[in-house]
Amino acid sequence: MGFFFQELVNGLTTGALYALIALGFSMVYGVLKLLNFAHGDLYMVGAYIGFFVIQWFGGASGLHIPVPLLLVIMFVLAAGLVGFLGVAIERFAYRPLRNAPRIAPLITAIGISFFLENAALLLFGAQYRVYNTPDFLSFSSGIRIGSVTIDTVQIMVLAMTVALMVGLRLIINRTMLGRQMRAVASDREAAEMMGINVNFTIAATFFLGSALAGVSGVMAGLLFNQVSNTIGFIAGLKAFTAAVVGGIGSIPGAMLGGLLIGVAESFITGYVSSLYSDLLVFCLLIVVMLVRPTGLLGRPQLRKV
Amino acid sequence: MSGEALPPATGPKVAGPQTGTQAAGPQVGVDEWVARRAERREYLPSWLGTAQRSVERVGWWPRLGIAAAAGALLPVLGLSGFQLQVGIDSLVFAALAVGLNIVVGSAGMLDLGYVAFFGFGAYGYALLSSAQIGANGIHLPSLVSIPLVMIGAAILGLLVGLPSRRLSGDYLAIVTLFFGEAFVEFTNNVAPTKFGGANGIAALDPIHVGGYQFLSNASYYYLLVVVLVAVMAAMRLLETSRTGRAWRAIRDDQLAAGSMTIPVDRVKLMAFSFGAIVAALVGTVYAAQQISVFPTDFDTPILILIYASLIFGGAGSIAGAVTGGLVVMIIYDGLLRSPSDSGYLFYGLILIALIAKLRPWRRLVLALAALIALGFAVHALAGAISATWVAGAPQSTGLIADALRNWLVLPASSQTPGKVGFVLLICLLIALVQIKGNARIYLLVPTIYLASFVWETVLSANPSITRQLMIGAILIVMMNARPQGLLGARRVEVPT
Repeated sequence: MGFFFQELVNGLTTGALYALIALGFSMVYGVLKLLNFAHGDLYMVGAYIGFFVIQWFGGASGLHIPVPLLLVIMFVLAAGLVGFLGVAIERFAYRPLRNAPRIAPLITAIGISFFLENAALLLFGAQYRVYNTPDFLSFSSGIRIGSVTIDTVQIMVLAMTVALMVGLRLIINRTMLGRQMRAVASDREAAEMMGINVNFTIAATFFLGSALAGVSGVMAGLLFNQVSNTIGFIAGLKAFTAAVVGGIGSIPGAMLGGLLIGVAESFITGYVSSLYSDLLVFCLLIVVMLVRPTGLLGRPQLRKV
Repeated sequence: MSGEALPPATGPKVAGPQTGTQAAGPQVGVDEWVARRAERREYLPSWLGTAQRSVERVGWWPRLGIAAAAGALLPVLGLSGFQLQVGIDSLVFAALAVGLNIVVGSAGMLDLGYVAFFGFGAYGYALLSSAQIGANGIHLPSLVSIPLVMIGAAILGLLVGLPSRRLSGDYLAIVTLFFGEAFVEFTNNVAPTKFGGANGIAALDPIHVGGYQFLSNASYYYLLVVVLVAVMAAMRLLETSRTGRAWRAIRDDQLAAGSMTIPVDRVKLMAFSFGAIVAALVGTVYAAQQISVFPTDFDTPILILIYASLIFGGAGSIAGAVTGGLVVMIIYDGLLRSPSDSGYLFYGLILIALIAKLRPWRRLVLALAALIALGFAVHALAGAISATWVAGAPQSTGLIADALRNWLVLPASSQTPGKVGFVLLICLLIALVQIKGNARIYLLVPTIYLASFVWETVLSANPSITRQLMIGAILIVMMNARPQGLLGARRVEVPT
């Protein structure tokens, strides 16, 4: 039984990570109706930023600032820089295509994803960069319940995910910006006529969504310890799956989808084989799409003629 | 479509409500400016557009014949082994782009699992023509195995196309993308003794028809020319048939097409099926030519390469798809591999772009003069400050290296400055797109200088990364600047 709960905890942590990526992805989809394939690569950039922050302050074993401060700097810097990268991408590549056929921004997004992946390869090289998390955040310390260990990083990831999720929900439901975002998502033209600055709202959404991707990149670095230029694509795919399974455009849906995917993956890896985990996740997605295209918590979309 | 014979280029292409002879000057009810502008947008600028028009005056079938003859005559002129291999790859991707064009260009559905059909064809051929399955393996004659694989692909295409009955747009794109990923995962992990796992399947039989065996690369080149021409001809017949018109109808407006009694679902499935058949056919030849298949040969980068070919040439046009496949692969596989060729390509493209875009001539001359002056000035300044700043050698060789020696600042250790320059270059390029007017020209000069710096330091030194970057850039730039591609026709979108 211990194994079961350990896998569950691991799955929930990974799932929280997927949920965070899925959240940003879902937000962007909400306002722009665009599948941002580059989202996973923003997460990869965030992970690299975290790595370079650690290097900057002396490397994992020789840090010359306290660990909490390091974590704060990592998360803030990754969120800020990746957020601006997201805004730049929107401004440069997606805005000119806002009224183009639906297929055009999709193909652009694929191009950007490919470009970012290879730009990272050019700039940072093909070798895995290692965070060496255990050197400053001990994996063994944490909570032990029976034979189940929840280590510090896992606690941090879960807590931060919940906090970010609540914060985002507050932003979207309680603030002026959130109201504008919802208005743009439901009808861009009408929102514009009501005096909402659509360009600003979309840019802000991109900033928030990309910042979430950056934060989850740092989390992934701390959790999995490894960064390379190819981690973005597969994480992006998992996040799509999470967003779609939960119902794209819905925040609780993204959370639910992420946790489901994480737990399913963890159990498949633990009980069946790690070889089949990706394959089964993809098959799960195809089945969900066919049976319930709107996702678990999504509302069916009315088709306007 | 580009294939139709066009009226002489003088008249406006968009037929207005006018009849009979056309009087000079603007007419009531005919927006000539709009028409002329529409025509300008449809053709390439300046002399390229003139060439395009004269090509289009020749009918479609004669053009296919000329192109086929040219393709067949090319090896006679003497190609090196490397050039022949590039030719084979180009033909493969041209044919793949034509197949993808059915689903994406004609029927307007984003099929991101297309590369799996290519893989299916290759793996199907590999299993049926190797020692992989059973004690002695299956060694079917090619005339049996290839049609079998194509039939299998047609059925698989139908199955993968099934979601298109309910899903459209993005959702369809995701499901097909996952199908493609699942194919790679499947061949990589499931039953390694049968499907070879990551090591793939090796030692395939060559394609053999009757007593003749296709063994040399030259024979595969000719085979691929034949396959490509056959595929193009078949697609042309399909596109001009009822089915082809139905595809374009559902692409432009599915609802309207349905209410015009077009069987939308069936027509969509046909598009998927035909695309799959073409991809599988090309896959069999590709596998036989490579003598082996690996899962990574059918992964996402290849998919993106096929998309880049199609988008570059122009989705919706057969000639565009073929041109895109040939041009993109010759650059990707041929020119970008050797530093000297890629140098000529890089500087040549910059020069051509400047000549095509900068008007009037005075402005072009000024910009070029400023560029040259800037280089020598910066070089002299940097050399005066420190000798190590200019101690590096360019990656290019020959003429270009000689020309750059006293113009470009290349520090002794150039990798880190090159990487910084790369980031800076992207920022400058974004700025260049955003600003308007004269400032753009002032910014253009340092941007080009920086671009050649980045080229000589990091890009030219890492050709395998540079070509991937180029593929990504093609997709982004083409979609923003010329979504109809080089040869495609611009579509009028009805916003919904």
